[in-house]
Amino acid sequence: MQTQIDDAFLVSNYINGDERAIEILINKHNQRLSSYIYSKVLDSAITEDIFQDTFIKVIRTLKRGSYNEEGKFLPWVMRIAHNLIIDHFRKNKRMPKYEGNKEFNIFSVLTDDKLNVEKQLIKEQIDSDLEILIEKLPKDQKEVLKMRIYQDMSFNEIAENTEVSINTALGRMRYALINLRKIIEKNNIVLTN
Amino acid sequence: MEQIYPKYQKQCKLVKAKPQTVQFILNYSKALHIQKIRGMTLESNLN
Repeated sequence: MQTQIDDAFLVSNYINGDERAIEILINKHNQRLSSYIYSKVLDSAITEDIFQDTFIKVIRTLKRGSYNEEGKFLPWVMRIAHNLIIDHFRKNKRMPKYEGNKEFNIFSVLTDDKLNVEKQLIKEQIDSDLEILIEKLPKDQKEVLKMRIYQDMSFNEIAENTEVSINTALGRMRYALINLRKIIEKNNIVLTN
Repeated sequence: MEQIYPKYQKQCKLVKAKPQTVQFILNYSKALHIQKIRGMTLESNLN
């Protein structure tokens, strides 16, 4: 009963502008409220967040003059904290959060398919070398190879564009690849990443 | 008899919010200014 009277007195002082009163209230109920939140969320950082949000709500309600003094300050604060804990679990249910631990690291399952800087540089070098090699091919083979590889055209489209039969287009592509391999072997070029 | 004590003892841990958190709340309280003008409640934060 003594506690309730004290709280009511402090709340009243705070509403009347005594900032020291809220400090006393926070320190007085810090352990009880924090332990309650912790028992539900089992995480120190989340406990701190919910504790902070709880008192921010308390402060706003008190300053707005919406608080109804019935000698139940602590149960009221606990109720706010309880609702915020429920909000926290609801939010987490909508957006599940996975954290790694010693036994399981999420990054062993999730991979980034992007090349690292070194491999990216090698790839760019290979691409530019390949362009130089392609330029050495006869004009008709070079044309077919570029359409097929760089423009992703079908052999039907290539045949139409170069005004030859599809078999000729296929043949040119075949010889383009054979000649490209020959140039690579002749010059001992390594094209691997 | 029904088991009424907590299943997980570890959950009953005494913790306290950090002094920085308490200080943040106190600063928020000092900075928060609420005015009622013509039936409207206006909130302002002086920080």
